Amino acid sequence: MATPMFRFDPVELPPEAIALRHEVRDFIAEHQHLMGLARSEFNRDFSRAMGKKGWIGMTWPKQYGGHERSAFERYVMIEEMLAAGAPLSAHYIGDRQSGPNILRFGTEEQKQFFCPKIAAGELTFCIGMSEPNSGSDLAGTRTRAVKVDGGYRINGSKLWTSNAHRSDYAILFCKMASDGKEEVDRHGGATQFLLDLKTPGIEIRPVINLLGEHHFNEIFLTDVFVPDWLLLGKEGNGWNQVTSELAFERSAPDRFLVLFQMLREMVRMAGPDPDKATAAALGKLISHLATLRGMSLSIAGMLQEGLSPNNESAIVKDLGTRYEQDIPVVARQLFPTEPELEAIDAYVSLIARSTMNAPRFSIQGGTREILRGIIARGLGLR
Amino acid sequence: MAIRDETRMLLESMNRLFEDKSIKQVIDAAETGVFASDLWQAVAETGVPLAALPESAGGADAEWSDLFAVLRVAGRFSAPIPLAETMLAGWVAAAAGLEPSDGPMTVGPVRAGDKLTLVRDGNAWRLSGTASRLPYASHVAKTVLVVDGPDGEMAVALDGTGEAQITSGKNIANEARDTLTFDNVRIAADAAGTLGGGVSRAALYRRGALARATMMSGALERALDLGVTYAQERVQFGRPISKFQAVQHNLAVLASQTAAAVAAANFGIDALGKDADRETLLIAVAKTRVGEAATLACELAHQVHGAIGFTKEYSLQLSTRRLWSWREEFGSDPEWAVQVGKAVCANGAGNLWAMLTAA
Repeated sequence: MATPMFRFDPVELPPEAIALRHEVRDFIAEHQHLMGLARSEFNRDFSRAMGKKGWIGMTWPKQYGGHERSAFERYVMIEEMLAAGAPLSAHYIGDRQSGPNILRFGTEEQKQFFCPKIAAGELTFCIGMSEPNSGSDLAGTRTRAVKVDGGYRINGSKLWTSNAHRSDYAILFCKMASDGKEEVDRHGGATQFLLDLKTPGIEIRPVINLLGEHHFNEIFLTDVFVPDWLLLGKEGNGWNQVTSELAFERSAPDRFLVLFQMLREMVRMAGPDPDKATAAALGKLISHLATLRGMSLSIAGMLQEGLSPNNESAIVKDLGTRYEQDIPVVARQLFPTEPELEAIDAYVSLIARSTMNAPRFSIQGGTREILRGIIARGLGLR
Repeated sequence: MAIRDETRMLLESMNRLFEDKSIKQVIDAAETGVFASDLWQAVAETGVPLAALPESAGGADAEWSDLFAVLRVAGRFSAPIPLAETMLAGWVAAAAGLEPSDGPMTVGPVRAGDKLTLVRDGNAWRLSGTASRLPYASHVAKTVLVVDGPDGEMAVALDGTGEAQITSGKNIANEARDTLTFDNVRIAADAAGTLGGGVSRAALYRRGALARATMMSGALERALDLGVTYAQERVQFGRPISKFQAVQHNLAVLASQTAAAVAAANFGIDALGKDADRETLLIAVAKTRVGEAATLACELAHQVHGAIGFTKEYSLQLSTRRLWSWREEFGSDPEWAVQVGKAVCANGAGNLWAMLTAA
């Protein structure tokens, strides 16, 4: 067959990963009061406690605060935390993509400065990619950096920046100003900076989401000075770097475990001996979850072998978000209720939350359309 | 997990064999009711059909995972022979101390509602009951059936179909699915045996479901390959239709469903012979997930192909008619989904995560 086939071979977890699972479960049990979808997902104390356990930057080199553990151990730790609804937001971006990106493209000084702090759960990163006129089309970014004495002067704005209001740094994606010259290459001049969010000239304004919550922000940058040492990688290499960063972003199991507690609640409501229709509907969801988990574990195996499973990650994310969006749809068919966010009944509150959250699953981290474009390219169609 | 060299070589050679011999003319001929003897002979010469048996019983002690991988290849090329059935018949026969055949075999029962009863008759036995829709029964050298004996499950091995009354039938891929009825049929003492080695009717049904899921994952690979190739060749509005985003997205979804189906079948295969609960769960998951993928993928593959895909002349239908047939065999995906749901609910919500992550 000429067509490339995307393979997800079964992997067997090594004993150390299985041992770690029990350790993580004990830790979760100790912190049970912080777990759950309805609780704040941003908790610096919890992130510090995880840092102390060595569970941030697990696969990074020890000299940069990492723990040199396998991709499987990291996978197990993350899936346990996600399934429990642990508050990971304060370190999640740094652990998943900012840290790895710094390790890959950063200077020795940057690695020494940032990575140990991220791994300790002390430093929160956010993602400075999207803009008002540049969402999926990252090449259309308008934020501009100009080289000045000792650094860069940056002007522009970023949008949809989750947790910017409580983060320390952003990895800012922008372009070098082209001195009025016509740009030929849409990817040309792209550059990334490590942006300290306390720098003068930065204004962060909330964008309230449809649940009435403040996660998103708009960041305005007016003549923001970034010193030379905070340039990440090379001027003009930003497109490569951001592509790599997105690959880190999409390879995590967080695309199908966000609503695990909702699924568990549905199993609880079905009781030990459900009727056929209920069993079939739940069985179908479980079949998706079990398969997605196996595929995601397989991706961890590819990462462990040093591969870059970008197509496979796009497939798992696309299938995973579809599955998660189906959960509240199936729930309302099996167990009808009028959703209410602040309801005391856990299910009533969960269905409200998951129904309203569902649209974002297939938008954040690459829309469904972008992912299918990546898969189509992998098939050789583009 | 790195694929073993032996496995890779086996799959490459079987892929070549099926590619050369399981061609459209052969399949078309088999669909008229003539057994594909040349294809069967070529496959039999590789030793694959009985390879799982111990060397003492004429097998090669082969890994089941390798044999299931061959079934995926057979499914990819719509092979119109009872390969899975022969593998499983040999497995059941060996577990009951019965002699397998070198020729094609069928195995059953394949339907959950069937009942077959064996009673003593002096030194011999008498068999009554029905085994419905046995694959290729009218073409086989031997029929191996799991039956209810006086002290539990047993197996019988019949030359051909023994003295069964046979009612011919076929699935929508025109593969023979024949119903055997036994009315107090005499079975010689050496043609019946007590089952050992963990083989049971339920275990056969599970392996049959996994075999179909695996063959379906191969058929899906084929449908995807045809779709991608066709879209790059077919020109409309002045360009290949693969350049249209709507077509690209249909193919991307087809590829994702195919990848998930291959993965789900492989996870089931990987669980064979490990923890019994896990094996049971992952096989049920595989048939459920692959069946769902097949339904969606057939629709998309046909959509990409337009009218040509709806013709007998073009090969897509060889795969899609098999997918529509096989998704119903050894339990449909909705039926297996009930099993998954019941197992999970019986285990309780508090144990759901532990169940999913059990090694």
